[in-house]
Amino acid sequence: MSNAPAGATSHSSATSAPAPATAALIVRNLVKEYVRGQPVLKGITLEFAAHGITAIIGPSGTGKSTLIRCINRLVEPTSGEILFAGRNLTQLPRRELRAARRQIGMVFQEYNLVERLTVIENVLSGRLGYISPLQAWLRRFPPDDLAEAFSLLEVVGLTAHAQRRADALSGGQRQRVGIARALMQRPKLLLADEPTSSLDPKTSVEIMALMKDLTLERGIPTVVNIHNVELARRFASRMVGLSGGKVVFDGPPEALEEDHLKQIYGGEDWLG
Amino acid sequence: MTPDGIARREWQRFTPMERLARYGVYLAIVAAIVVSIRTVQVIPEFVLDAPEQIGDLLRRMWPPDAAFYPEGIHAALLDSIHIASVGTALGIAMALPFGFLAARNVTPAGWLNWLARLVLISARSINTLVFALLFVAIFGPGAVAGTLAIAFHSIGFLGRLFAEALEVASPGPIEALRAAGAPWPSVIVYGYWPQVAPAFWALVLFRWDINVRESIVLGLVGAGGIGMALDTALNLFQWTRVAMVLVAILAVVVIAEVAVTYIRKKII
Amino acid sequence: MSPIPAAQHRAIAFPANWPVRLGWTALVLYLLYALSHLELTPARFLAGLEFGRNFLLKLLPPDFARWELLLKGLEESLEMAVLASALGVALALPVSLLAARNLMPGWVTWPARMLMVVCRSFHPVIVAILFVKAVGFGALAGILALTVASLGFLGKLFTEAIEEISLKQVEAIRATGAPFMSVISYGVLPQVFARFIGFASYELDANLRNSTMVGIVGAGGVGGTLFAAFQRFDYDFVCAIILSIIALIIAGEVLTNAVKKVFRA
Repeated sequence: MSNAPAGATSHSSATSAPAPATAALIVRNLVKEYVRGQPVLKGITLEFAAHGITAIIGPSGTGKSTLIRCINRLVEPTSGEILFAGRNLTQLPRRELRAARRQIGMVFQEYNLVERLTVIENVLSGRLGYISPLQAWLRRFPPDDLAEAFSLLEVVGLTAHAQRRADALSGGQRQRVGIARALMQRPKLLLADEPTSSLDPKTSVEIMALMKDLTLERGIPTVVNIHNVELARRFASRMVGLSGGKVVFDGPPEALEEDHLKQIYGGEDWLG
Repeated sequence: MTPDGIARREWQRFTPMERLARYGVYLAIVAAIVVSIRTVQVIPEFVLDAPEQIGDLLRRMWPPDAAFYPEGIHAALLDSIHIASVGTALGIAMALPFGFLAARNVTPAGWLNWLARLVLISARSINTLVFALLFVAIFGPGAVAGTLAIAFHSIGFLGRLFAEALEVASPGPIEALRAAGAPWPSVIVYGYWPQVAPAFWALVLFRWDINVRESIVLGLVGAGGIGMALDTALNLFQWTRVAMVLVAILAVVVIAEVAVTYIRKKII
Repeated sequence: MSPIPAAQHRAIAFPANWPVRLGWTALVLYLLYALSHLELTPARFLAGLEFGRNFLLKLLPPDFARWELLLKGLEESLEMAVLASALGVALALPVSLLAARNLMPGWVTWPARMLMVVCRSFHPVIVAILFVKAVGFGALAGILALTVASLGFLGKLFTEAIEEISLKQVEAIRATGAPFMSVISYGVLPQVFARFIGFASYELDANLRNSTMVGIVGAGGVGGTLFAAFQRFDYDFVCAIILSIIALIIAGEVLTNAVKKVFRA
């Protein structure tokens, strides 16, 4: 295991070809079967550049959420490779997987905040991978982390709510906390699993705009799972369409046409 | 569909299988009661005699001997409370690890769950009084035996209910903390604990209340506290003193219950 | 809102909660005081580990030679538990209805609640002693003692469940002109039935555990067998009895879980 600081890319991966310098994440031949013989993901291969927002679209149950969760191994892939920061995540033992996860931020559909803790505590929880359990228990975060947490709160506009309990916030506010938490990790990659599905249309746009601004500003490539095609088209720089567990479309939003959508979602009625 | 057909459709609350199962259980319960009445060795004359005997006893206990309180009761009563408090604290310390091990979402290893549950149910099955007998045999009579008895028996309740609280904790925040690369102990401290803390403290208060009652009788087997005074008075047939002890016990128990209800409302 | 200066970060993020801190300090100081008052020193603790180890060796292996005696004791405990639970439920139902503040006026609920409080306040063993003095040694004293305890606990739980029901349903039934008992059985009971079953099975479990203990003071059950074995220093038999009690409780729990499943169906 290399002793390089968390930000540096290690070149130690032995079994697979070294990642090209521009790709932040490579998914190769990813297969996932929850039930034997019924793969949900049937060999996905995708490369993600080190900038921009990629939106993954497709009908429910097609494996979008599975794909996102396989990337940081919240769901264990059945086979395939996930190349990130020069290492194949699927083969990492627990400790090194944790180290890799520290560099991958994640935003969830249900926000997944610790409800009884305050907003500031939730934002700081992004740094839990970097402090010891004892420090976590005593809330002894380094002053730099505290400074960054407050600065992030300001950026997402929640400074006034720092001491409020997370469950006292509205959905949109909670998701902002979720985004701040993810950014606290200073991640090299951001994953978002249906970040706006629990929000009303106006708040959804605000959240997507916030995510886009922040990730562009900080140069963090983002992969977003989303079922609202219009929202995806508006904010993503690349669209990937999944259907039946395979990639059926991969290109910029302008190139996405009705025929493609039919192929992805099936049926014409909903197109209007 | 004919009008007859509609009229004949009865509303049934349970499917035939379910009804059979319910009748089966009713039957079994009634059978158990009947068998028990038949086989338990109770002499009928004693049953009929009982109300008069009980009345006689109550007459002998009146009025309670208030003078007995300062010399015979006060210190011992406080001892019982100390035993209950220290015993509960010790019980918490021992129960927590088992609680974590028994919760299936915190500890995925099935055999560890099973082992922890076995320990917890054993601790719960062995009464405080039985533990007290054991510890008196080990340590001799006195408060040490009593405190350990309270502690060990409490492991069963505290551990099991704590595990149940953990198992209903919402998995979302846990997933988020794991995704951020937090080590497992940190996930427990930051993700599980805030969710279960209120239930845990309610549990502790509840158990302390019960332990106060339990510690009172431990003296009957020599494990310290007011039970010993009660035992002596009973053996010497000093009924008015017995009554005084009972009154003091009642007072303590009621105060404890009121205190616990108040704290629960305020803090939880 | 202007940015918060760095010096205040800690204070704002983790404000010191003085009442809570004081409370904890007081608690810890009390426990330390109690520990020393009861003479629970580390030295005694270490000595105790040694004693404990020796004692454990005396306990093992368990001796089941007197299994008939053991079985009789367990059987009696089981019977006592079943009867006490049945009686307890039968008595607790009417008393808890009387004690429900949303159904009955104050002059009815007060005595009912007082009755339940007194029943719960005394440890079953104390009540058992009194019954032994009153009705003699044997299972009768035990059954009566456990019934009193059941009345107290079940009554409280039942009453709390009744007080939490939605009165709208009760009003609706009343509005149909149904007699009082029908109002109870159609309006009140369906709402609380599932919880009652839970409470009753918990009480059966509690009675099973308590029935193994009241025998220590002569009120019947395997507790008497256990106490006698202790006094004879027959620790191998003691171990056998304890293991059987654990097995009995586990069996009881499995059974009550099955029953609960049937009634939730």
